[in-house]
Amino acid sequence: MADTTHLEAHATGHDGAASHDHHTPTGWRRYVYSTNHKDIGVMYLVFAIIAGIVGGLLSGFMRMELQEPGIQIFNGLASMVYGINGDPSIDAGKHMYNVFTTAHALIMIFFMVMPATVGGFGNYFAPLMIGAPDTAFPRINNIAFWLLPPAFILLLMSFFFAGPDGANMNGTGGGWTIYPPLSTTGQPGPAMDFAILALHVAGISSILGAINLITTIFNMRAPGMTIHKMPLFVWSILVTAFLLLLALPVLAGGITMLLTDRNCGTAFFKSDQGGDPVLFQHLFWFFGHPEVYIMILPGFGIVSHIISTFSRKPVFGYLAMAYAMVAIGFVGFVVWAHHMYTTGLSLDVQRYFVAATMVIAVPTGVKIFSWIATMWGGSITFKTPMLWAIGFIFLFTVGGVTGVVLANAGADRVLHDTYYVVAHFHYVLSLGAVFSIFAGWYYWFPKMFGYMYKETLGKIHFWSMFIGVNLVFFPQHFLGLAGMPRRYIDYPDAFGMWNRVSSIGYYITFVSMLIFFYATWEAFRAKRPAGDSPWGDGATTLEWTLSSPPPFHQFSTLPKIDSTNVH
Amino acid sequence: MAGTTTLPPVTPQMRRNQRVGFICLAVVASMVGVAYAAVPLYQMFCEATGYGGTTQNATDNPKGVIARPMTVRFDSNVDGGLNWTVTPSKPITDDIGKVDTVNFVATNNSDHAVTGQAIFNVSPERAGYYFNKIECFCFTEQTLQPGETVQMPIVFFVDPDLAQNAELDTLKELTLSYTFYPVKKGS
Repeated sequence: MADTTHLEAHATGHDGAASHDHHTPTGWRRYVYSTNHKDIGVMYLVFAIIAGIVGGLLSGFMRMELQEPGIQIFNGLASMVYGINGDPSIDAGKHMYNVFTTAHALIMIFFMVMPATVGGFGNYFAPLMIGAPDTAFPRINNIAFWLLPPAFILLLMSFFFAGPDGANMNGTGGGWTIYPPLSTTGQPGPAMDFAILALHVAGISSILGAINLITTIFNMRAPGMTIHKMPLFVWSILVTAFLLLLALPVLAGGITMLLTDRNCGTAFFKSDQGGDPVLFQHLFWFFGHPEVYIMILPGFGIVSHIISTFSRKPVFGYLAMAYAMVAIGFVGFVVWAHHMYTTGLSLDVQRYFVAATMVIAVPTGVKIFSWIATMWGGSITFKTPMLWAIGFIFLFTVGGVTGVVLANAGADRVLHDTYYVVAHFHYVLSLGAVFSIFAGWYYWFPKMFGYMYKETLGKIHFWSMFIGVNLVFFPQHFLGLAGMPRRYIDYPDAFGMWNRVSSIGYYITFVSMLIFFYATWEAFRAKRPAGDSPWGDGATTLEWTLSSPPPFHQFSTLPKIDSTNVH
Repeated sequence: MAGTTTLPPVTPQMRRNQRVGFICLAVVASMVGVAYAAVPLYQMFCEATGYGGTTQNATDNPKGVIARPMTVRFDSNVDGGLNWTVTPSKPITDDIGKVDTVNFVATNNSDHAVTGQAIFNVSPERAGYYFNKIECFCFTEQTLQPGETVQMPIVFFVDPDLAQNAELDTLKELTLSYTFYPVKKGS
């Protein structure tokens, strides 16, 4: 009985906070003024799709350029944009290639993957899975989302302002790592300032979102939902939010120093005035390495649920799975200099970073093997989300193995800044994280929108994309091992064949994305009702106890989790 | 509730949320602080360990000379904005621990007085810790009259402790490099 009163106290407590908006807002007000975690989650997903289209098209130009040796696409683009011909258009084209590379990376990281995983799925499903009526700070949630479009616009504006000295050199081409001095004296124009401010605003958005999610997960779990009963996706979001909280302020500090070095005469990174450019690399990678786990951890959570649902078995080794993510998050903060083996670290420092980096393979292995053990002996159905999840495991493992290769300082001496690195991080991100996003999309699509997509279309999307992205990135391992450096518009003829294969892979992926948009459009047009729990008994988490789509306000009476519930 | 302007009453749940929220904000603020604290800490770290080729300053060599020859090469670079010619000293080979003096020669090629200053670095970077300068022109501003040529002396020795660093067992020569920059007025 004591439990019941406790439960009611919670329920009234929440009612007090939300009673003024019990009517459902409609039209644009519903979204612009939204304090509803589900609407905000959907807005994040739509935003991520739009940003993904922009970022994906940018990489298309890059792949078209690299399809053949020589410079053939960007000089034409430059002459279209600036109205110049001949050598000036080639020079402007080279810079434009760098601008596209930089923007592709920044958009995909800050405006596609992070909004989709943390903002979209995290906002939508973390509160549902812990039985909360909404997030802890609904208005902060609103601000966090609406900071993203201005940040994105700032980044897009940087395309149209001068970057380096000289005519026809618009946009910032310093790479997503924005190392000084290329990002300071190398790009004196305002384009870099726009990009830095875009990162500032996007960073504030992510920090606010992280604070909201941490508070929600700590304070608003339904009665009986102890920390050790939380679904693994909630665990992954909790760990990710902590990484955001600890890593993003360091990036903010670093790029603020960059900004004042550029505009206010400070000398943090100016060697001619006693500063040290390598310090920026330390600050950047102290953020940058946790950032890659920020992008992949929610994927771990999503995939755990999908594997468990479609194997009709609880996740193997729940506690080990949860604490493996905590361990990855923790160790992720002490390995940053493995991005900097060639900056003159002493052998002892390199030895430490090699060893620490390799340690990450242990909790990651725990996760991979636990997923396989979950499938082992399960009653598996290969529905679309399951295909994406298994594809994720396969591709992430390939990327993880090349990561272990690169973790060796000796091997890295050879492979640093080659296409091998490009292949590695695209296998874990472009294939790993993106496959987990699509897995989550197909898994939760019927829940979020109430409609069922066409299974065949989902499967065609999966197989075409699987073939496409592997064709893009697997040959890049060969290119990197053969010594092709990254970040160049041109290359010797010897690298021609695998570059052509890689570009063909891009076109297949492009068609695959058209299939994705068609499948989504078809689902909304056909309006096949999905039902509350379309995946059967394997789906045990709380979101499947609600209608599809869930009511505008859920859990006005909080669910009670009894001790037999397992995830 | 009729008026949407009325704030809802503060519940215990909201108070708990606010507490967690403020703790998170404090974490964010302190991490920004850590990022800025990294600047002086990194500098102290480099000076203490010679990390990144940071050299040491000394007044004399108390540790004596050991029988291991070391060639020291000298290098100079001039920023594009500084119309100077700087000729480095020729390489010298001497036993580790001997105090040596070399001269760089700088000439102002322009028709007006120019102020420049130099920053320096030792390569390989691990050897920076063992490179002691007793006298040098590092970071001091030098003004050269039009056409003026000056000698810039460096008095230095290599610390015999270098022999104890296993990483530098095969080191036979090291390079002291200077880069000269113009000193901008008002910045």
